[in-house]
Amino acid sequence: MRISILNGRVIDPANGIDQKTDLHISAGKVQAIGKAPDGFKAEHVIDASNQVVCPGLIDLQARLREPGQENKSTIAIETRAAASAGITTLVCPPDTDPITDNSAVVDLILQRASEAGYARVLSLGALTQGLEGKQLAEMNELKKAGCIGVTNADQPVSNTEVMRRAMEYAASQDMTVFLHAEDPWLAKGGCAHEGAVSVRLGLPGIPEAAETIAVARDLQLIEQTGVRAHFCQLSSARAIKKIARAQFDGLPVSADVAIHQLYLTDMDIGYFNSQCHVRPPLREQRDKDGLRNGVAQGAITAICSDHQPHDADAKLAPFPSSEPGISGLETLLPLTLRLVDENVLDLNDAIACLTQKPASILGILEKGQGGSLSVGSVADVCIFDPELYWELQPGTMLSNGHNSPFIGWQLKGRATHTLLAGKIIFGNTN
Amino acid sequence: MKQQNLQLDEQGRLRHLLTIEGLKRQQIIDILDTAESFISVSDQQVRKVPLLRGKTIVNLFFEASTRTLTTFELAAKRLSADVLKVNVSTSSAVKGESLLDMLRNLEAMQCDMFVVRHSESGAAHLIAQHVAPHISVINAGDGRHAHPTQALLDMFTIRKHKKEFAPLTVAIVGDIMHSRVARSQIHALTTLGVSELRVIAPKTLIPRQVEKLGIHVYHDLDTGLRNADVVIMLRLQKERMQGALLPSEQEYFQTFGLTKEKLKLAKPDAIVMHPGPINRGVEIDSSVADGPQSVILEQVTNGIAVRMAVMSMVLGRPSVEEGNK
Repeated sequence: MRISILNGRVIDPANGIDQKTDLHISAGKVQAIGKAPDGFKAEHVIDASNQVVCPGLIDLQARLREPGQENKSTIAIETRAAASAGITTLVCPPDTDPITDNSAVVDLILQRASEAGYARVLSLGALTQGLEGKQLAEMNELKKAGCIGVTNADQPVSNTEVMRRAMEYAASQDMTVFLHAEDPWLAKGGCAHEGAVSVRLGLPGIPEAAETIAVARDLQLIEQTGVRAHFCQLSSARAIKKIARAQFDGLPVSADVAIHQLYLTDMDIGYFNSQCHVRPPLREQRDKDGLRNGVAQGAITAICSDHQPHDADAKLAPFPSSEPGISGLETLLPLTLRLVDENVLDLNDAIACLTQKPASILGILEKGQGGSLSVGSVADVCIFDPELYWELQPGTMLSNGHNSPFIGWQLKGRATHTLLAGKIIFGNTN
Repeated sequence: MKQQNLQLDEQGRLRHLLTIEGLKRQQIIDILDTAESFISVSDQQVRKVPLLRGKTIVNLFFEASTRTLTTFELAAKRLSADVLKVNVSTSSAVKGESLLDMLRNLEAMQCDMFVVRHSESGAAHLIAQHVAPHISVINAGDGRHAHPTQALLDMFTIRKHKKEFAPLTVAIVGDIMHSRVARSQIHALTTLGVSELRVIAPKTLIPRQVEKLGIHVYHDLDTGLRNADVVIMLRLQKERMQGALLPSEQEYFQTFGLTKEKLKLAKPDAIVMHPGPINRGVEIDSSVADGPQSVILEQVTNGIAVRMAVMSMVLGRPSVEEGNK
């Protein structure tokens, strides 16, 4: 279908565009920005006055619960929630059940996603078989099946030699390794940041060193092996300092942060509020400041939701045995926009964190498969009203998971239309 | 935040007892004073008052305990309440029933109070957040977080012997890191305003952040005990050796065990306390545990009166006189 989106503020950081102009789409691709191509007659027009038009958002970490935890949710339900929040591409980690360490599981996930048709799902393959940290996964098979990277998800690879070989092998397959830095020995048994709050509440703590030691180890191995690596959802200021230093020294590493880490600290646990039970844990004010700084200065280039939808029972247990995770798809955009209001970033950079930068990390930007509005690239578009006030309430959330500490927050900014490959997936058809 | 006043009702009266944190000095004093009035009950021929007659109290113990369970049961019975003991190890929890489901089922049997002991921090708070409005919750120990009635009976015992808190130097010796008793005692002693509060243990057993609470940290028993008025010994759990926190019981006893010799470093009239159960020869020598300065058994007796006070206060029947009306 030929679609024209008129009068919107088009922001496409990948191409340095930020102006009030029009966007023209047909055959699922971006045809032109500005003047319509000769002879282009739109079958459908969207009036985007007073709204922002940007590439569809790309979420670097979202758990869709399928296969394996369909009691919590499914790919269809969560991708629909994503679409309503302007997110057109989701990256799901391999800690599914069965584990995504073979092509059959990848096929299943991609098929379910495409049947539902709400969003693009990109799968990360396992780094080691069964995520056990012992034997290398068949990364070539995973790559051929469509995986855009490999990771050991939240499972540690404590054996340094295995980690080294896994990185070397991934490098030889030209695959990016996604790392979750947490030393299992120091983190063992912990459920909250080891600090004044955890001591007062008597919660087993996870020291900051669990993250910094793992980051330091992995940085050394990255340097040694030459693999392209990305650190996922870091939580401490000290770790960000190490990443920045490594980047300065020329190492090809990138990092992202989960949006909730930019707003909450361990103090928000209050009296055992399990909505604030997340992993890596919420740390101290100086870590929150360090993470914000990292985003502002560029050591952290992307922001993700770390979406983990849970059933109600998962959070209705004493804090240590409650399941960690926040249902974060629907707050990703407004909370990222709020960083602009709080002078952490300007609007262009904020949108880049959700579009151009994640696309670049995934290696899809240059291929025109997302993250930009370049002519000829896939027409994944998000149109949002930056001034729309709304309140997050469980009754109106589309995700199956209502587990969020942001419930009741006044939010500003909301997607009004989402296009996936040039098709309107979400939005009133005016 | 609503949760902060979970323990108190709109009039600021105690509705639950979950933690010492957040209680005002006067509230603690009121509890101690009320407990004082119950001491005489245990000395009577008929050791009962009808204050909580017709009330049903459920002892919900997810963690093993003899001492605390027994004293709560005794306290409830001396108040003439009906007591129900739910033995969780054989209960439906093992069959996979969730904590809150169990709660709903018990509530359906119309009880008035839950006394809860659980291995996880925050369990009592969770239950208090989900009980029906007329039900009270008393925390009998949750994970490492709090054991408020223990701290209260310890304060009661100290007051009995020392009268005033202000001039006291109190030393808590042992595994502060894992101790809910220590945390509650620290809150109580700080709120009541003792002159100096000390913790004494190897570095592996004291959280780094404790110093920021204005507490003096010692890694040497001799220095830490000097001129102390009150010495509180904590039990050393055997698991600490497995967790690479301590090399051996022998070395612990050598360095931090309370012997007659070490006790001489404290004031001559210092009292020795222990929440129990004691590990003879590990944290404390028998001669001290059974010696003239030990008030360990008295703590147990005081525990009954303190628990009677807490139970009657949260259920709104704070005094013997009121109950006799």
